[in-house]
Formats: sequence, structure tokens, C-alpha cells
Amino acid sequence: MPYLGSEDTVRELRRALSNPNVQSDQLRYRNTILKVIRAMSQGVDVSGLFTEMVKACATVDIVQKKLVYVFLCSYAAVNPELSLLVINTLRKDCQDPNPMVRSLALRNMTNLRLPSLVEYVEQPLTAGLRDRAACVRRVAVLGWAKLHDLQPSSEIDAAVANELYSLLRDPDPVVMVNCLRALEEILKEEGGVAINKPITHHLLNRLKELDVWGQCEVLKVLQRYRPQSEEELFDILSLLDASLVSPHPPVMAATLSLFLSLCSGLPAVSLAALERARGPLLAACGSASREMRFTALCHIQLLLRSLPGLMGAHYKRFFCGYAEPAFIKQRKMQVLVELVNDENVAMLLDELKGYCTDVNTDTAQAAISAIGRIGRSYSDRCLEILTGLLGLKQEHITSAVVQTMRDLVWVCPQCSDTVCEALEGCEETLQDSQGRQALLWLLGVYGERVSGAPYTLEVFIDGVRSEASLEVKMELLTSTMKLFLCRPAETQDMLGRLLHYCIEEETDMCVRDQGLLYYRLLHCGIEETRKVLQGRRSDPSLGVLIGRPAEPISQWACSFNTLEPLKQGTAETKAASRGSPQHVTFDPKPNKHFSDTLTCNQAEAYSGPDSASGCADSCADAQAPGVALPVCLSPSPALSPQEFERLWLKRQVLHADKVLPGADNMAEEEEDYVCLEDGVRCLAIPGCSPQSLQAAMQLVNIQTLAFTPPHTLPWRVYLYSHTQPTDTAHRTLILAELLYTGQAKPRAAAAAAGQKGTADGEVEVEGREEEWMKEGEEATADEVKVTVKQQPRDDKALKGFLSILTTVLHTLSSDRK
Amino acid sequence: MISQFFILSSKGDHLIYKDFRGGAGNDIVGVFYEKVTALTGDQPPVVMTHKDLDFVHVRQGGLYWVATTTADSSPFTVIEFLNRLAALVKDYCGSLSEKSVQMNFALIYELLDEVVDFGYIQTTSSDVLKNFIQTEAVSSRAFSLFDLTNVGLFGADTQQSKVAPSSAATRPIQSSREQGGKSEIFVDVIERMTVVIGSNGMLMKADVEGEIRVKCYMPSCSEMRIGLNEEFSIGKSQLRGYGAAVRVDEVSFHQAVKLDEFDSHRILRLCPSQGEQTVMQYQLSDDLPSAPPFRLFPAIERDSGGRLLMYLKLRCDLPPKSSAINVRVTVPVPRGSVSLSQQLSSPDQSAELKVQSRSVEWQIPRFIGGTQLSALFKLEVPGLCPSSLLEVGPVGLSFELPKQTATGLMIRFLRLTPVQPGPSQRWVRYVTHSDSYTIRV
Repeated sequence: MPYLGSEDTVRELRRALSNPNVQSDQLRYRNTILKVIRAMSQGVDVSGLFTEMVKACATVDIVQKKLVYVFLCSYAAVNPELSLLVINTLRKDCQDPNPMVRSLALRNMTNLRLPSLVEYVEQPLTAGLRDRAACVRRVAVLGWAKLHDLQPSSEIDAAVANELYSLLRDPDPVVMVNCLRALEEILKEEGGVAINKPITHHLLNRLKELDVWGQCEVLKVLQRYRPQSEEELFDILSLLDASLVSPHPPVMAATLSLFLSLCSGLPAVSLAALERARGPLLAACGSASREMRFTALCHIQLLLRSLPGLMGAHYKRFFCGYAEPAFIKQRKMQVLVELVNDENVAMLLDELKGYCTDVNTDTAQAAISAIGRIGRSYSDRCLEILTGLLGLKQEHITSAVVQTMRDLVWVCPQCSDTVCEALEGCEETLQDSQGRQALLWLLGVYGERVSGAPYTLEVFIDGVRSEASLEVKMELLTSTMKLFLCRPAETQDMLGRLLHYCIEEETDMCVRDQGLLYYRLLHCGIEETRKVLQGRRSDPSLGVLIGRPAEPISQWACSFNTLEPLKQGTAETKAASRGSPQHVTFDPKPNKHFSDTLTCNQAEAYSGPDSASGCADSCADAQAPGVALPVCLSPSPALSPQEFERLWLKRQVLHADKVLPGADNMAEEEEDYVCLEDGVRCLAIPGCSPQSLQAAMQLVNIQTLAFTPPHTLPWRVYLYSHTQPTDTAHRTLILAELLYTGQAKPRAAAAAAGQKGTADGEVEVEGREEEWMKEGEEATADEVKVTVKQQPRDDKALKGFLSILTTVLHTLSSDRK
Repeated sequence: MISQFFILSSKGDHLIYKDFRGGAGNDIVGVFYEKVTALTGDQPPVVMTHKDLDFVHVRQGGLYWVATTTADSSPFTVIEFLNRLAALVKDYCGSLSEKSVQMNFALIYELLDEVVDFGYIQTTSSDVLKNFIQTEAVSSRAFSLFDLTNVGLFGADTQQSKVAPSSAATRPIQSSREQGGKSEIFVDVIERMTVVIGSNGMLMKADVEGEIRVKCYMPSCSEMRIGLNEEFSIGKSQLRGYGAAVRVDEVSFHQAVKLDEFDSHRILRLCPSQGEQTVMQYQLSDDLPSAPPFRLFPAIERDSGGRLLMYLKLRCDLPPKSSAINVRVTVPVPRGSVSLSQQLSSPDQSAELKVQSRSVEWQIPRFIGGTQLSALFKLEVPGLCPSSLLEVGPVGLSFELPKQTATGLMIRFLRLTPVQPGPSQRWVRYVTHSDSYTIRV
């Protein structure tokens, strides 16, 4: 269609509309109106034709009427006065014998959205509620909602609300659903339509008559209902079971959402519902519509947060199709990372490897970082792939690999050797600032193991004048400083040049200040500098948790079946994925230019000689144990999980026959080794989240190595720490296990919830947890068993350790109460 | 709840715009298009947010179908609705394209009016919608919208003058109501295949998703019985009959399907409504009853002149009488590949280097079962290093297998009761598409 200036178009159309010859010929008239609508939907402003169109409204031709109404409803707000002219025609149509005409008139009367017309509309709407034809009633019911929307302040007649309530029993299912919708809007301030027992059961009984959309609506409204008894709850659940496995994803999602809200107090039932919905969700993942696939994937990610094992057997469903769009591929990879286990790891890595060379750079980089995350558990295989990729010498791949290696080394220090080898020669391919930053960080931290590190840095320093990225400059400063500490002879000269540049020539404040800071620091002497700069190079605790602690469903239930999960960016979900829940509590990002030095400072402070007082600060509400028993703990040097296991098991084999279980304070002595068992009464500890436990332990320099998820029985935690050498004692290593076997039998999960009424899910779960504990306490002296192994033996240090541990546990459990 | 709905062409032309709730800014369509164009990549995210508005969109027929909604609405519902709406428009306009939407905009506005009121979905069933339209036709038959489409007032092709080719069921459903419309029914068994074959030739993954789709142009709906293979079994344990079992893992049916004869005789009974509907969906995972249709034997090396040599042998393992059509083999090649020289075994094949997607595309219009084709590609890649061979990644195949189903599902018979007066035509068609067919090298 040729584009005309809007004024010309409007003028031409007006001439045609007011031409009596056109008006008398219905086909031509309608055709002209069509042109108007076409212009309108193309964005041309045709509001000037309002008068002509009002005239065209008075016709017997329904098609013409419909077209004119489309126009009028779009432009009524611009011409409120002229719209009054239409009302008469509309009111007359409301009396028409044809229900089609009646409903059309009624619908458009309310669609005009003019507050001034409300008084004319009310009467036909009231009549419409009692119309014989269902299609008119459908429109009339929603009409009231529209009126309310137009004048939210004005009270809607109570009689109308009552009438709407009674129409919930209308034989037409759409009228019923529309009533629900209208009442929800009208009674918004009172919290929406009243969902009591009779209404609920009425709605549930009629669910089968409704179409997909109606079912979703009803299921959503029913989320507000709280069954009065457990029996009723289970009746409802079994009634809805068929909808839970519905082939229509909207119904399935709405039902699952309802299940989760009804069973918020019954985690076991909720988990069973999730399992049941697995099939339909997987089917939606293979739907022909990409958008539906994406939606299902995002929701599966939610489910996996609570039930990590849910999709384990179905990992192949999440392999990417080669023609799938990037956003689906990336989500699938995020899911795949969650599903890794010993059996499928080879297969999965093989698949992910194929994605690393994807044409889409985002997809390729996502695949590389996915491999890096799997590398936390299966480092050897992953490193092999990653080093192989470096051989491609491609800018975006190398950058992603180096960043991934940096993140991997931070959690798995045992990979550092391979990484250091692989780093040689990378700098030639790296172009983007993030990749170079990662490389610089690695060179700074592991500079002594990379033979060419000073030369690489020198290239960077020579080019610092043309460097555009601020972050790279900051990282360069820190790395050069660190390298200077371990390889002073090679680095001194270039460090001097760099500092000179930063202080004298650099225009950016941050870089200059940091340069000055390092400069002054160097003035304080090399030991001081070392203390500040050389901190932790890795945080193994982040990587090796046994699986990921399952979150309670209530954490995400409210965002299930909303747009929320679809919106979460890749970055966010990355942080929430496998094995790194501590990202929340700690800031492990080594690439932040300043956090590096800061964490070093902190680490220094913790492991410093005054750690006891630090610990006293941190558990201010408990008695400071460190003051009474001066023992200095330190989490470093880090112990790898394998090593821990070896040490722990070795001792177990040796002493299995000698350790009498249950004997308190039974010390087993042999040479320089001791094993001790003790009981600590701290009731709520096993329900404690791993994050808080780990955070608390970290404060007193005890490193947590592995957990079982909260609320599992038996519940175990493995810890270790080193005591610092003092003048009287030497350095010792302490390994500890917390064990809670939970003698009290967990009651059927269902039993407790019914009495609890409508309390919030989270609270309820915890409440019950404590209940068990109390019962358990009465029945058997129920406590957390602590097994401590020390090497070499040092009773004083061991007592100090135990006392610190006890204090922390008590503090934690008192927090919980 | 849907606040606004609009259809946008891929170039950003406004085709349809309807504001159900009022109160939206004038230019939300523009806002949406800006967001779309600001992003790179093959498709913008499904959900985009602007202030407190959320745009949810699907792409169908090369168009953006966009709904604005609030953050707490169900994405499943909105997306399913948009898909369903696109299907309805396709039913009513015959096909889905920018042109057909543009021509039928009045019809689409009318549909929208009936389907959504005040942002709430009223109905999307073509049975209900048809009733509405019938009422209209009765009251003022001469001016009904049908007649308009028929005389081409909307600019639509007049369907009556032409004889619609029976193979292409792409015509508006309403035309069947008129005297000239043929009463036809199409039953399509459509399967999509997802296969991953490892570099050692082992089948790593094989999934089939299938559906039986009924497209009905019968004016008055009568009961239809669809008989499937008697050996059709569901789940791993159940086996039926003595013939080659046709097995699927999961099946779901349209709610209108009556299943009382399904268990005993594998017969589906339903009253098809006008337009297209999916009667049955099924999945088969990790299993294929027959060998995968294609195998690839690649040899990839660097020749002495620094060129990349790819010798591909592709074997089609279909039965000899059948064939695959529109086979397209996509081989990812190293970055920086400049030119391609090729040796193909027949002139109807073609191959080209796509620099944009970094791949060589080898097209085979027709591939007869039991045969083998080979191709030799020589690629000029400046600075080719041994590790570049790693970049020759998994080979993707796309193809169509007409008259075949991967699961072996067949339709034994198709009966309409009561027998239709006048000529009625019943068509059963089978096709298998590749959803994703990947062969690692």
C-alpha cells in the first residue's frame, strides 16, 4: 500500500465517508470504513473522522457496526462529547431481538471507557445480567468490572455484587468464570472474591466443564483457599490430580501452583507433586513452540532448586538442538550443569564440548563456563577440554576459557598446576578486557609458577598508556605488586615504571589512588606489603559441598507460574547454580580489583595472632572462649576433600575397635594422635542452613568441608582447622565431624500440618522441626555428636577447639530459637 | 490477563493493535520494537520489561505476536494463548504471513473481539466461535463476513474460484460453509525427530515427538473414528499383538477425544471441530524402532597446501522405496574460511560456504533410501592450524521424510459416522521432520 501523508489520507477518507453516493451503497460504504480502520491500525491518526464514523454506526449491517465500534472504542477518549451521540444507538441495540447484536452493543458500550457515560450504561448492564442469552450475560458480567475500573472510587452497588455472586451458579461456564474475574476486580480492596468452602467446592465440581483458560483462572483464584481439615485437603488434591498431568501446560502449571500453596505445610506432599508434574513439564520442554520450551525450561530450573535429583535420568532431554535459538541453548546448559553425576559426566562433557565452538559467541562462552562449573567436581576431565580449546586461538574462546580457569582455580586450588601450564601464550589471543583481567589475576596469584609471567606483564606495562579499560589497569597494578613479592629481581624495574606512570600520568582517580596506596605501602617495608597483599588464593569450601543443599519449596513457590523465572538473567542464575550457594554470603569474586586486597586484609586479620579476640567479637553474646583458652585457629593451609577423607578414614581403621561409642569424653591416645567424642546439646543445629553454619564457622577460622543437606537424617558436617604454633606447642591439625542421628522418629509429615492452620509455610516447617527436637530430647538424650581427631596431639589446643566449636553451635541454636 | 495485544511484522510495521484494558501509553508498540532491534542475536528474550509493563511474545509466521501483561500472570497461559491465537488466525485466513494478516485485519479484529474481553480470554474454541459467526450469518446473511471474504472485499483471494489443491490444506475454514467449499478432512501424523549420533557412530540420543493433527473443513461435524495400529503400545512393559510393536512412551489426548474403544481396539472417537486441532500427542524417548535414517562417515584433514579437506560420505538407511527430501547438511567450518571448492556426485545437489554462520551447507533435494552420497569439500583457510580441526563441529542435518513415521504409527482407517451426504474427501498424511539431527565428527 502506498504511504500517504496522514492528512491527505484523512481528508480523502472524510470525503468518501460523507459522499451520499457511497453512503447509499452499503458495500462501498463498508469498504471505505475498512480503509479507515486499516489506516488506524497502521498508526495513522484518523481521530478527525469521528463525526463521520458516528453516523456510520447507525446501520443494520453487523459487520459495519463491528468495524465502526473498533474505531469508536479507540478514539472515544479523544472525543467524549461526540461519543454521547453513539450511546443512543447502542442503547437501542441493547433491546435488539438478536442476542448477537445485544452482546455487541453492550460490550462496546463499556469499551468506550468514558466516565461521563456511566449513568447511561448501568441500566442496560443490569438488564444484561438477566438476559436469556449466555453470550450477553458474559459481556454484562465483565461490563461491571469495566465500570469499576473506570471509576474505582465509586461504590458498586452491593446488590450488583450479590447478583454476581449468584451468577457463579450460572449454567454457562464462561459466565461463571467471568463472574469470578469481575468480582476479583470489584472487590479488590476486600481481598477479592470470598473463597469459602461452598464456593470452592462448587468451582472444583465445575472445573471439568471449563476450557483451558477458565480452568487456569479458577485454579489461580483457589490458591487463596485454606482447607479446614486434612481430609478435605486430600480430597481436593485427589480431585485435582488429573489436572496436574494435563497435556495443556497452562493447566498443569496452574494446578502445580495451587498444590504448592495448598500443601505449603506438607513438604513431602509438595515434593510428590513436583515429581508428578515432571512428565508434563518435560513434554512442554519438547513442545513445538520455542517460547513454550523456554518457559518450561525456566520453571524446571526452579524445581531443581528444591529437588536436585528430579531430572537426573532425563538429562538427554536437555541436549541442545543445533537449530535452537541461543536463549534456549543457554538455559539448557544451565540445567545440564545441575544434572551432572558420575554416570553421565562423560556424555555431558562430550556434548558441552560440541557447543564450545558454536557460531554464536554467547552460546560458546556459556558452554565454556558450564564446563568450568562441572570442573569443580570433575576437574581433570574439564581442564583437559579447556586446555584443548585454548589451542583454537580464538579470541572469544580464549577469553572465556581464561575467565573460567580463574574461577575454577579459586575453588579448586589443585587445578592450579595445569592452569599455570596452559596460560603460556594466551596473552596473544586475548583481546577483551575481561579476559585480560582474568589472565592478569592468575599471573599475579600464581606468578611464581608461570615462568614467563614477568615478560607477559611487561608487555602489558609497555602498553599501559593505550590501555582503555580501567579494570585492566587496576588488575595490572595488583598483579605486578604480587609478582614483585615473589620474583623481585625480574619485576622491580617494571613495577617502578608502572607506579610512575600511575602516579604521574594517569588521569583516572581510582588507578592513581591505588598506585599511590601501593607506593606508600612499599615504603612501609616488604614484610608489611606481603602481609597486605598475599592473602588467600583460593576458597576450596566454595566448590566441594556434597551436591547443593536443597532449598525449601517455599523459597520459590510464589514466583512459580509467573513471569519472574523467565526474566532472571543468565548472570543471576549462574550465581545460583551448582555448588556455589556461598556466593550469597561471601564475595568470592577474585576479579574485583579492590576486593582482592580487602579480602587479603580480612584473611590476615582472622589468622593473625589475635584471632581469639576476633572470635570473641563475633560471638559477643556467648562467653568468649578464646579468652579463657588461648588457642589460635587458622583455616590455612587448605585441606583438599580427598586428603581430608584419607586422613579421616586412616584413623577410623586404626581405631575402629577401640573407640567405644557413646562414651563421653573418651579420649583415645596413641603417639601423637588423639580421637575424642563428645556430645553437644544444640537442638536446632541440624535444621540450620549450610550457609549460616559455614559463615559462623568461618568467623572462628574453622573450615567447613562438606555437609549433608539440612533436615536429612543422619545429618553430618565435616570440619577442619589448624592450631597455630605457639611457644609452648607446635602446629596441629584438627578434623571434626558433627553427627546428628535423630533418634526421634520423624512423624508422618502430614500429621502436623493440619493443626497448624494457615500459618506461613516456612515458619511452619521450622516450627515442626523444633517440635521434633523437643520430643526427641525427652525420649532420648538427643544431641549432636562431635567426633574430633587431632594430629599431633595437643590437649590444650583440642580443648580450646572444642570449646570454640561448642560456643558457636550454641550461639547458632539460640539464634534459631 | 492481557492488557494489550499487537502483531508486528519483522520489519516493525504495525499490523494489528488492540488495547483491551486502556491506559497504556500510545507508543508501546514502538517501545517494543526498539527493544527488539536494540538486541543482537537470533531472537530477543521471550519476556521483556518496560516500566511496569511486561511484553511476552512469540514468533509465528515471521511475525511478532505480542501481549503485554502484568508480572504475576502465568507465562504458560500467555504463550499458549498467543500460539493458539496464531493458529486461529491461520485457520481463518488460510495461511499465516504478513500479507494474509494485512488483508484480513478486519477479520482478525473481529476474532480478537470475541476471543478476549477486558483482557480475559473468553474462548478460543473454533466450535464456539463458529456458533457466533453462524448467528451472525443467520441474522444478516447477505452481509456476513463470510460473504465478504468470498467476494474478495477484504482483498483476500477468492477461494471459490479456485480449486484448492487437496494436498495443501491452507485455506480459510469458513469457505467450507458456502456451497462451493468441499467437505474435506485431513488427518496428519507429524513426527519430529531429535537424534544425536556420537563420533563413533553410536546412537547417543533419539527422541521422537509426534502428534496426530486433524484439520476439518466439514460444515456439520459428525463423529469420526480414527483407528491406529493394533500393535500400538504405551510404555515400556506393555506389548501388544504379534506384529512389529509400535511403541511410544507417553501419550496425551485432546480433551474432546473419547477413549472407550482405545484400550481394546486402538480407536479414537471424536467430533472434530472446524479448523485445526491436535488430537493426540506422543513421545518416544531414547529409542528408535528402526535404524536412524542417516549416517555420516567423515574424513577431515589438512592437505599439504594448508587447505582443509573434508570428505563426507552420507548414507541413507531408509527402506529403498522411500526417500528423504530437502536434505540439508550443515558442517561448521573453522573461522576465517574464505573459499570453498566442491565435488558433488550429482548436479542437483549444491553446496555453499556461509561465512555468516561459519558453515558449509550441502543441499540434497532428494535422497533415496539405501543409497550413499559423497562430497568432497576443499576449504581455503588462511592460518589453518592443527587445532582448527576441532572447530569442525557437530554436523547438523535437516530433512523431511514424507509418507513415513519414525515410530511406525499408522492410521488403519478413518470413518465418519453418519456417512456424509455428498462427496467428502478424507486424507491421511504422514511426515517426519528433523527437529535436530546431529552427528558428531
